[in-house]
Amino acid sequence: MTQVAQSGGSAAGLASAVAVKPRMRRRFNYQSVIGTMPMIATAVGVFIICIIFSIIWSFTNSKLFPNFNFIGLDQYVRLWRTDRWIISVQNVFVFGILSIGLGMVVGYLLAVFMDQRIKGEDLFRSIFLYPFAMSLVVTGLVWQWMFDPNLGIQEAVRQLGWTGFEFAPLVKSETALYGVVLGGLWNGVGVTMAIMLAGLRGVDAEIWKAAKIDGIPTWKTYLFIVLPMMRGAIATSFILQCTGVVRVFDIVIAMTQGGPGVSTQMPAIYVIQHITDRVNVGQGMAAATMMLVPVMALIGLQYFLQWRSNRKAGRA
Amino acid sequence: MNKLVSVVAVMAAAFLGSTSARAADVEVIHWWTSGGEQAAVSVFAREFDALGGDKWVDTAIAGGENARSATLQRILGGDPPGAAQFNPGRQYEELIAGGLLLDLTDLATKENWAGFIRPASISEACLVDGKWWCVPVNIHSWNWAWASIPAFEKAGVALPTSFDEFLTSAPKLKEAGVIPFAIGGESWQISGAFGVLQTSMLGVEKRAKIMKDKDIELAKAEMPAVFTKWREFKQYSDEGSANRNWNDTTNLVVTDQAALQIMGDWARGEFGVAGEKPGVDYACLALPAAAPTVTTGGDIFLFPKQSDPAVEAAQLKMASMMVNPQVQALFNNAKGSMPIRDDVDMSLADDCMKRGLEIIGNDANVAVDAGRWLSNDTTGQMNDLAAQFWADDSMTVDDAVAKYVEILQNAD
Repeated sequence: MTQVAQSGGSAAGLASAVAVKPRMRRRFNYQSVIGTMPMIATAVGVFIICIIFSIIWSFTNSKLFPNFNFIGLDQYVRLWRTDRWIISVQNVFVFGILSIGLGMVVGYLLAVFMDQRIKGEDLFRSIFLYPFAMSLVVTGLVWQWMFDPNLGIQEAVRQLGWTGFEFAPLVKSETALYGVVLGGLWNGVGVTMAIMLAGLRGVDAEIWKAAKIDGIPTWKTYLFIVLPMMRGAIATSFILQCTGVVRVFDIVIAMTQGGPGVSTQMPAIYVIQHITDRVNVGQGMAAATMMLVPVMALIGLQYFLQWRSNRKAGRA
Repeated sequence: MNKLVSVVAVMAAAFLGSTSARAADVEVIHWWTSGGEQAAVSVFAREFDALGGDKWVDTAIAGGENARSATLQRILGGDPPGAAQFNPGRQYEELIAGGLLLDLTDLATKENWAGFIRPASISEACLVDGKWWCVPVNIHSWNWAWASIPAFEKAGVALPTSFDEFLTSAPKLKEAGVIPFAIGGESWQISGAFGVLQTSMLGVEKRAKIMKDKDIELAKAEMPAVFTKWREFKQYSDEGSANRNWNDTTNLVVTDQAALQIMGDWARGEFGVAGEKPGVDYACLALPAAAPTVTTGGDIFLFPKQSDPAVEAAQLKMASMMVNPQVQALFNNAKGSMPIRDDVDMSLADDCMKRGLEIIGNDANVAVDAGRWLSNDTTGQMNDLAAQFWADDSMTVDDAVAKYVEILQNAD
């Protein structure tokens, strides 16, 4: 690889890179390829072919039955002229940033709390993890009741005597999304905590002893020494939460059905509603294709970074 | 030898049985899940099972959108249900065009459906190019307002004869501690009530010009007033309305906590289940009282094509059962809807149903259901707009009208 890097971007260099590569690769392992054939077929069939068809149909006027009457970019023009779609896109970003950010912070704090060798740690861990075992639909319904102004927290506090108390985020367009974030946080934070706790426990006890000898306060050790050492745990929980955000659907349906009005609509709801009840496959596919764009951008970025670090490693 | 003969005989019997007289299970997808609706659908199930042999297999899926989606996906996926509920209109036009439905023409001709199903706009939903593709089972009208008589008495105001009158008396209702206007925050409920207000303000003809002929100029001229009035209703709703089911909302009127709900006549079933009496506990108002209208919405059942002839025979039996006059009377009385034929025994009908039949008797009062003219895609966009306008006070009337016009222009 050094040779390639030295010759820079010239055509000769590229050609030699292509020629060199196969020789440097390990011997082709036929057995493992045959063994993973079903998986490869599924991946290609389900992901690649279906994605290609989704993109093709997004340029057609398909209704119930997909067809090939191409109408150019009309579906995309309509999509970006639709208030509901634009609100959905804004919502998924707000929802994502808030729920991932809060999830990480609260998850880490809970993990630190559990790390204090408290009594009944197993019990607490079960309590925090328990919500994750429940379907988001159940979670959503329970939180919908809690936030209901006539049955939930607001009414309970009012009956205790604070008659001016107001806490019903789901009934107002401006606050409904934050209510959904809270419900989602309750559901998902236990997993983040468990991963973070495993990360914390993975940190060498010697580090703690050294920090203690140096007289560093515990909170500083947690924040500036231990936290940077658990990059793996942080990355894992981050990615897990990201996938949850992109496909967020059921909790919104259970809590608000996208309301009040269209204020908590999400892209996934738009897609599914258009390819099912509204019988407009073309429009749904255009929306699905738009959802794919940020995902592809992230994957592209990851490849780019990997390629760059490989190149750096090669140069060194 | 004897043994062989008997084996062949048994096999032949089994084979014959499987093609002719074998009983079949017919799976029926519908979205009738509230109390009144359950009572109605069990009339169908009971009557069908009583025909002997075949069985009604009930698949209730809450929410019309969900149920229709499930049906469409299952038909496309090659696992069609035996029968499925839809609303009359364009929701299933592609299923007909794609040849995925059982042709009911022979049965319909034999029983002369075209002769007794009225008004004509009801049969038009199923009779496409001279062939019958579905069975209308009832006529539902959206254009009703349900009032709690005790709630109006408590506030000391008379029952309204128009929506304007209601808005005038609404502050008094509010003072009396009653929710003046009950509505659930789901988009179809908001959009439906908005449509009722629209029909009452514009009248049947202008409404048809806008929604059927897509008269943009008329829409621009008439819709601002409708949106403005609609916003007035909002201040009289309660804060719990977000995301509330229609039947929970009706229950507020049943229990006299709320004064008025605009909802289709399926709400009457809920009053019936609660043991309330029309004219004493509640009133069904067709507003404005001077020019009442009904919409010809309702429900139809279609029968997706099956590979098993036994199921097909059972499907035809079910279709015939659904239009039977006796079944029509029992079913519609439980459901709160109007029967699709005149010759049923109406001794069971209550005052509200009689009032509805009186209004529908005059063709000038019949507002054709918008779903007949607009695709689900278009009505869906209108639902979104009505819900957005209702929830978002920062959206101006001009914005809303502009969006409305754009949806109409792009309607397919």
